[in-house]
Formats: sequence, structure tokens, C-alpha cells
Amino acid sequence: MRSPGPVPLAGGSMADTVPAVELDNVSKRFPGIVANDGVRLRVRAGEVHAIVGENGAGKTTLMKILYGMQRPDEGSIRVGGRDVHFRSPRDAIAASIGMVHQHFMLADNLTVLENVVLGSEPKRGVVIDFEGAKERIRDLSGTYGLPLRPDRLVEDLSVGERQRVEIIKVLYRGARILILDEPTAVLVPHEVDDLFQHLRSLKEEGVTVIFISHKLEEVLAIADTITVMRMGRTVATVNPMEVTRRDLAELMVGSELPRPETRESTVTDQVAMELNGLTVQSPEGRVVLDHISFTIHRGEVVGIAGVQGNGQSELVEAIMGLQPLAGGRLRLGQTDIAEWSTRDRREAGIGYIPEDRTERGLLLAAPLWENAMLGHQTSRPFARGPWIDADGARERTGRIVQQYRVVTPGVDAPAYSLSGGNQQKLIVGREMIAGPGVLIASQPTRGVDVGAQAAVWDQIRRARVEGLGVLLISADLEELIGLSDTLWVIFGGRLVARLDPQTVTPEELGTYMTGAHEEAAAG
Amino acid sequence: MRLRRILIGFLAPVSALILALAISSVAVLLIHKSPFTAFKLMAQFGIRTDSLIFTVNQAIPLFIAGLAVAVGFKMNLFNIGVEGQYTLAALLSAYVGAITPVPGVLRIILILLVAMTVGAGWAGVAGILKVTRGIHEVISTIMLNFIAFGFTSYLLANHLKQHNPPGDFVIKTKEIPSSGLIHSLNPVLRALGVHPPAGASLYGFLPLALLIGLLYYVLVWRTRFGYDLRATGANPDAASVSGIDPRGMIIKTMLLSGAIAGIVGMPDLFGLYHRYTIDFVTGLGFSGIAVALVGRNHPVGIAFAALLFGFLDRSAQILDLEGIPKEITIIMRGAIILAVVIAYEVVRRVVQAQEVRAAAERTARLAPEAGVAA
Repeated sequence: MRSPGPVPLAGGSMADTVPAVELDNVSKRFPGIVANDGVRLRVRAGEVHAIVGENGAGKTTLMKILYGMQRPDEGSIRVGGRDVHFRSPRDAIAASIGMVHQHFMLADNLTVLENVVLGSEPKRGVVIDFEGAKERIRDLSGTYGLPLRPDRLVEDLSVGERQRVEIIKVLYRGARILILDEPTAVLVPHEVDDLFQHLRSLKEEGVTVIFISHKLEEVLAIADTITVMRMGRTVATVNPMEVTRRDLAELMVGSELPRPETRESTVTDQVAMELNGLTVQSPEGRVVLDHISFTIHRGEVVGIAGVQGNGQSELVEAIMGLQPLAGGRLRLGQTDIAEWSTRDRREAGIGYIPEDRTERGLLLAAPLWENAMLGHQTSRPFARGPWIDADGARERTGRIVQQYRVVTPGVDAPAYSLSGGNQQKLIVGREMIAGPGVLIASQPTRGVDVGAQAAVWDQIRRARVEGLGVLLISADLEELIGLSDTLWVIFGGRLVARLDPQTVTPEELGTYMTGAHEEAAAG
Repeated sequence: MRLRRILIGFLAPVSALILALAISSVAVLLIHKSPFTAFKLMAQFGIRTDSLIFTVNQAIPLFIAGLAVAVGFKMNLFNIGVEGQYTLAALLSAYVGAITPVPGVLRIILILLVAMTVGAGWAGVAGILKVTRGIHEVISTIMLNFIAFGFTSYLLANHLKQHNPPGDFVIKTKEIPSSGLIHSLNPVLRALGVHPPAGASLYGFLPLALLIGLLYYVLVWRTRFGYDLRATGANPDAASVSGIDPRGMIIKTMLLSGAIAGIVGMPDLFGLYHRYTIDFVTGLGFSGIAVALVGRNHPVGIAFAALLFGFLDRSAQILDLEGIPKEITIIMRGAIILAVVIAYEVVRRVVQAQEVRAAAERTARLAPEAGVAA
């Protein structure tokens, strides 16, 4: 393993101008953990400054300190060159710092105008000066290029527009330094482009933007400066022009990353699963999956690329027996399983990593060992006849924890106490350790940090060598291209193209996913 | 850690009880009586031997009703219909038990089987309605309660009543022969050195009730069915993905809840009434909901809650004699339910925060070694 060399702090030459925000040696300890450890951060006025790091690296704590939601144990904060000691967000707002939270805090049944003035209503005598406020909102949206109609109801707005309301709300209170917490997490791609456009015009007007994210491409696209955090420390500040995505990822993890590529083929000619003309209708009778046919061989990873909502979840549900088929055949090995119950399918060796681990993969309040048996509760070592074998389950869970490096206080800890990455490792572990014949992996690395992502890739690759057939559905194109032996594109409920992951580029894949190459027949 | 968890477990009900006492005290003060006197009278009267026997007798059916509700609660299924299920079950089982010529113990078993079947059948209707027509079980079980009350009265008055001797105007079924009853535990009490006063007899159903509680615990926490039940309650989506058939679980759980509900009337049938009469005990099913809530769906908790409710019922009898309305205990019951819900939520949050912190501490220590699993 090569550890990346020291990265020089950028922005040294800008020492002549007063930084908008300056944090020196800021530390914050919670019982047992140091969330921030001697953090140094220098944000120039009028730049977009990204802060990246894995989940739990301390980004959120740092921002809470800067926004007055938490007080640092030590260290100093200077805003515009002046020492500040925030006791509450109110103080931060007074110092012209504003925060746009990941989850919007808007009243749906009020208008944009009402939402913006809520809490700082402009008064003329005893009445609220809505006209004046409307004028100011129009001013703000004109100046900063944030198109918004003050009279619209928030419930009628798209997610991107709601975010704009949040930004206007913060600017309305006089913010000149904007903190955006994972702002793109909730946006669809074109909304992300809009947001970046807005951030650029904000920058032109001299607003400083602090942008928290773990999506590296986006950070590279928008930031002027990037600060990387790892385990509570700021480990590097870099110039996005001089680093690659991999450099950043390695800085975040602190070691060289494994690549998702699986180059030597392990594909056999034995059929693990075969879909033939699989058709699914929505309850309203609309065809949502249209004659899907493909084969997963033992030792093969079949990737499905597509924009979300083009039939991927229906495909998974049909295979898992959660959606009735309107037509077609589904075979596991040589056996027709189209009429089987979900439980029969799971017992026959179909493993499943659901796309949303907390909604479909875990019992959050239950101990880990009860979570490790979910989906395998009818077989050993979890059950013995009609009884639960708690000892066997605990023992097996201990092995999962060990082999898949789940960081947890123990097998009796409740699932909610684990971080997202560790929850995912537990799910992957419980499916893998059961030795499935086919694994349905739906977004197996969504929302986990790079370390856990690498671990999951590694496990899929290893199991594939041993003859596992994998159906991989992912929004991460690099993951799809890197892991798949065969790559299909799904569009409008149909498989529209079969591509060679060896040669295809993410750009090409993108055009197929949007339906631009519909005529290119599946081969 | 384990000890602390148990302590925390006790903290919630104890603080809830204190809060409930405080609220009831205010109510007593408002009618210009001394809460201290009221509680003292209740305590003195409540711990008399006959009062204690009465309390336990009252607690037995409440315990069973609590279990019936709790088994549904475990998978977020609200069986509000225990009341109707046990009423209908009590009538039919009392009638069948009285007229079928079978010897001794077999008669007891027959009565219990009929009661469980009727209860399960009546609750099963709500299960089927939910699975096939999507009707929420709260609505259907409430409606089925009314149908059950009406149906019970109709059957009793028109088909199942006995021909009373002249002068007896109470409408009732034929009496169950003495050999088909479960007799009082007073001989056991006497053997233990406790001498029940005249008129007080401890229901012989007690050991059976305890057995049902034990079976409930084993079923819910030790079997695959119980795991499926709890998983469905905790996260229905994850449960169905794991291979649990949600529709099957709804039907099975409703049948089970109804079968337990069918037994609710049995302690009083065997121990007191010996037949179904027009004034057969009512309200046990609705109280069972409160008992399950206060007992947090755990058999031990439900047992304590049932005893507490039984005790309040009994000890309140003395209050009227002192000019304090005994309805004060109804206020107490309500206050207990509210306080318990609040106290448990507070404790749950505290425990959850602790668990997260404990895991975070551990993570911080382990993270450097764990590193990247490459």
C-alpha cells in the first residue's frame, strides 16, 4: 500500500486577503470520541470551498460548530478576521453565516414568500410588510440568479426549487457565508447542474460558499478549494485542478484504494438464473417490465444500468417474488421458480442486498444477531425446526462481524447504533456467508463511505470467483462498468442495449440510459 | 450493563406510577378531600386477604386479555375486538359445555376448545377482511364487537337460555355440572397457611393463566413464528423481503389473538358464574388493551399491570364509604396509561442515545485497526 505524500496547503499565497472564515485548532470531544481534533480551515472570501470526508469524518460536527449549534472544546473561530464565540445559530446568523440543511425546513402549505419571512417578519407598525418583503425577494432572486416566484405554494415546488427557497431564506437574513450540507443528495442530475449555476452566480456576487459533500465528481466540478477530513482531522487542503477523484478518495481513506475492476473473466457456461420474457404490470395495468430476457451464469456479474424508475425495482421485486408476473419464465438453475413464494426462493439460495438498507434490510431496534438472521430465519444455524437457535445465531453473527469487518460493540448491539457503512457490511455479510447461488445486489454501495465500498466490491469479486452469479443494479456507473461481466441498459421497462463493460465509457452508457440509442437493438 | 438495563426498565413504570399518583392526588384535592387519606384507606383495604384474593381473581382475566391484545401489538395489529370475541366465546362455550354429556376433565377441555375456536373465528373475520379487502382491523374489530354483542344477546334470549323456574327472571344458559368446573385454589392456600375469609375463593384458573403467559413468551421470543411476528411488527417491508408472507401473518396472528381472547371469560365462567348469564362480566377486553399497553406487551409486565388494575378496582370499593367517589381510580387508570406511555418513550430515547454513544466509542477505538477491508 502506498500512502499519498503530503499535500501542500493551497491558498497560502492568498494570505494577504482576510479569510472569510478561519478555524484554528478546533477540537470537539463527545464521550469517548473526538469528533474534531485540531481542525484548521481557511475559507477565502468569495470562493466555493468544499469539505469532503467519509461518513463520520467530522464534517457535520465542524459545520455545527461553525453555525453555532455546538460549541468547540478548544480552538478559535474567526469570521472576517474577528474572533467569534457563537452560543446559538442566532449568533452565527448575526455574523452573516447561514446554513442550508440537507433536509429542508419549509412549511409546505405556505407560499415561498411566507416561508422566507417566517421567523424574521418585516413589520410596518403591527402588520407584516409582505409587499416590502416580496420586493426584497425579487431583488435577491434577481441579483443572485435564483429564479423563484414569491407567491407559489411550496408544496407545488420541485425539490430543486425548494432548495432555492432555502437559499433565498438564508440570504434574506443577510448571510454572506453559506453552508450547504450535502446539497446534492436530494437532487436529480439536471437540478444539480442548476444548483451549480446558482452557486457560481452567488460567488460572483461575493458570497462565500462552504459545500459539504462526499460526492467527489461534484466537488471537483464546483469547488475552488477542497479540504479533506479524515477521522476528525483536516488532512489536506487541495486545489481541484491538481487532483483526481482517486487522489481525493485516497486522502479520505488514508490509503490506496482498490479499484472496482474485475478483469480476468470467471464466467462459466452453467446457468445460475434465467429470465425469459419476464413481464410485470403495475396495479393499474401499465406494463412496467416488458419481456425482459437475460441469463446470469455462474461466476458472472450481470450489471443493469438505467436511470432510476425505469423498471429496476420491479425487476428486483419480480425476481424476489414480491411482485406477481404478468408473463414470462423465471428459472433458478433448471427449476422454474415463477410461482414460488419469496421464502422458497430465499431458501433455494437467492441472496438479496436491498437498495435501501434501513427500509428493507434491517430491523433497526433489534440486536445485530436478529438482523443477521433476517431472510435466513428458516435455516441453520439460525433456526432448528420451529425454534430459534439464539446461540447459533449469535455465533454466526460473530463470524459475520469478524469476516466482514463490521465495527460494533457486539452482536447484541441494536442495528441503529451502527454507522451506515457498517450496517451495509452486515447485510452484505449475512447474504454472502449463507453461500447463495445467485445474489441480487441492488445499489450495494449506495450511501456508504469509500472504505466500506471497497470492501463490498472486494467481496462480490471474491464470491464471483467461487461461482456466484450476481445481478448488480447500480446508479454508480463506475461500479457497474468495473464489476460487470455483462452490462444491460434498462429504459422504460425494457432492456434496450447490451454493452461490453471492457470498452464502454460512462458517457456512452449515459446516452443509452436516457434512451437516445433506443434503436440499437439488444444483442 | 445488564443490571443497569434492568434498573432502567424499572425506572419507567415506577416513575409512571408516581406521576399517576400525583395526577390523582390533584383530582382528589379538587373535590376537597385529602389524597393522603384516600390512598391510605385504599392501601389498608387493598391488602386484606379477601381483597388480595379478589385482586388476583380480577387480574387473571385481565392478564389473558392483555396477552390477546399484546400478541397483535407485537406486529402492529390492533385487535380492539377482544371484548366481542370473549363475550361470544363465553356464551357458546358455556352452552356447549352445559349440554354436552362428556365426563369431567373432558368437559373442561371441550369448553376451552369451543371458547378458543369461537374467539379465533370471530377475530379471523377481521383478519380475512384486512387481507382480502384491505379493511383496517381497528375498524372491523370495533364493528364486529357490536355485532358480537347483539348476536350474543339474540342467541341467549332466543335459543340458548334455559327454562327458568318460576320467579327467576335472569336470562341464562344451563349451569355447567360441577365436575366440569375448575375449582377454587382455597385448599392450596390453606395448605400454605393462608386462611381465606368466607366468600373469598381464589380462582382455580390461575395456574392455567400462568401457563398461557409462559406459552406466549416462548412463542413470541423463542420460535420462528415469533421472530416473523416481531420482524413484521418492526419493519413490514424488510420482513416481506426476508420471505415472511405478510398476509399469512395477519391471518395467523388474528386467529391466535382471537383464540387467547376466547379464554378471557373462562376464569369467571369456571370460578364464579358457572354459566353464561345476561349479567356476565363485561369490559375485560377493553381493559386488556390498557393492560397490554402498560405491560409493554411482555408477559411479566402484563401480569404486573393486570394485578395493578385489579388492585385499583378492589381497593376503590372502600372509598365510597368515606364519601370519596371511587371513580377516582378511573382517573388513576387513565393517568397510569398516559404516564406509562410518556415514561417509556423517554426511557427509550435515553437508552437509544446511550447505545449509539457506546457504539461510537467502540468504533472510535476500533476504527484504526479495522481500516479499509481491502
